[in-house]
Amino acid sequence: MLDKKKSKNRMKSEINAGSMADIAFLLLIFFLVTTTIDVDKGISIKLPPWSGTQLDEKVTTNSRNVFSVLVNTKNEMLVRGQLEEISLIKNRAKEFIMNPSGAKNLAISPRSAIISLKNDRGTNYKTYITVYNELKAAYSELWDEESQELFGKPYGEALTSVQKKEIRDRIPFILSEAEPTEFGD
Amino acid sequence: MGKFSKKGGKADPEVSTASLPDIIFMLLFFFMVTTVMRTSELMVSVSVPEATELTKLEKKSLVNYIYIGRPMERYESEFGTAPRIQLGNKFGTDKDIPLFLEAHRAKVSERERGLIYSSIRADGEVTMGIVSDIKTALRKAGQLKINYSARARAKDL
Repeated sequence: MLDKKKSKNRMKSEINAGSMADIAFLLLIFFLVTTTIDVDKGISIKLPPWSGTQLDEKVTTNSRNVFSVLVNTKNEMLVRGQLEEISLIKNRAKEFIMNPSGAKNLAISPRSAIISLKNDRGTNYKTYITVYNELKAAYSELWDEESQELFGKPYGEALTSVQKKEIRDRIPFILSEAEPTEFGD
Repeated sequence: MGKFSKKGGKADPEVSTASLPDIIFMLLFFFMVTTVMRTSELMVSVSVPEATELTKLEKKSLVNYIYIGRPMERYESEFGTAPRIQLGNKFGTDKDIPLFLEAHRAKVSERERGLIYSSIRADGEVTMGIVSDIKTALRKAGQLKINYSARARAKDL
């Protein structure tokens, strides 16, 4: 009996917490190693619904309202029938959409502007993404400018969804993608 | 002056390490919360292209991933070196996409099904042919929200 009492007394003594830090460190290192902080970012797009026909619909709109971009297997770009550098596409698209000088061969209004993108099956994915990105960038810059003019704020989180919708109504993002050609696959 | 030297002599030189576990635990919780355990192992090598117009995919449970790229070295003997599609954790073709999407859709609650995104993580060097096939398959399957995975671009074109 005496023995038992003694051991009970001993149990009361504190647990050594000195190794707590080591245990926490071990766990920490485990999570440090397994963590992959890769945020999922990318260009979000909405595909057109499948209509059942693979044939291109003939565009009946006025050709001055169409900004056609063709990318071939050599990753060269033809913008409205003219060979173009990738870095210049954005500004050309912006000028085409807004048509500030009222030129006869550019879009009548931002609402009627259509961007048509066509690539080949042999086009590099990287080039395609860069071109798509530039076209999207043209629109987001125009939205920014419009937003500054209307609300005095850049387009983004600062605007309400109604304000955003108004801007997108004024300058709608219309990009139509044609079926790719099959020269280099 | 005497006062100062007296004080210095009294001070305990040791820094208390009692709060060390707390600090470590805080770091630990941070990493525990941010860690995402990847369920699917990457079987194709993917280096996504760079872009600027990026949007973030918020909810991981509403995203399914389609990888396109050259098979990793250990799969080369079986699958060759041409770009292949990886769906979940196995190789597939564009014909397997409807089933793959349906399997993911079943895991998502009904009212969130309209918010599902398909993230296309394709290597920058693949050609558009394989990507177009996937796009067509996604359109046929009614999965219209897609996201071309990309890294942020620092410098100008």
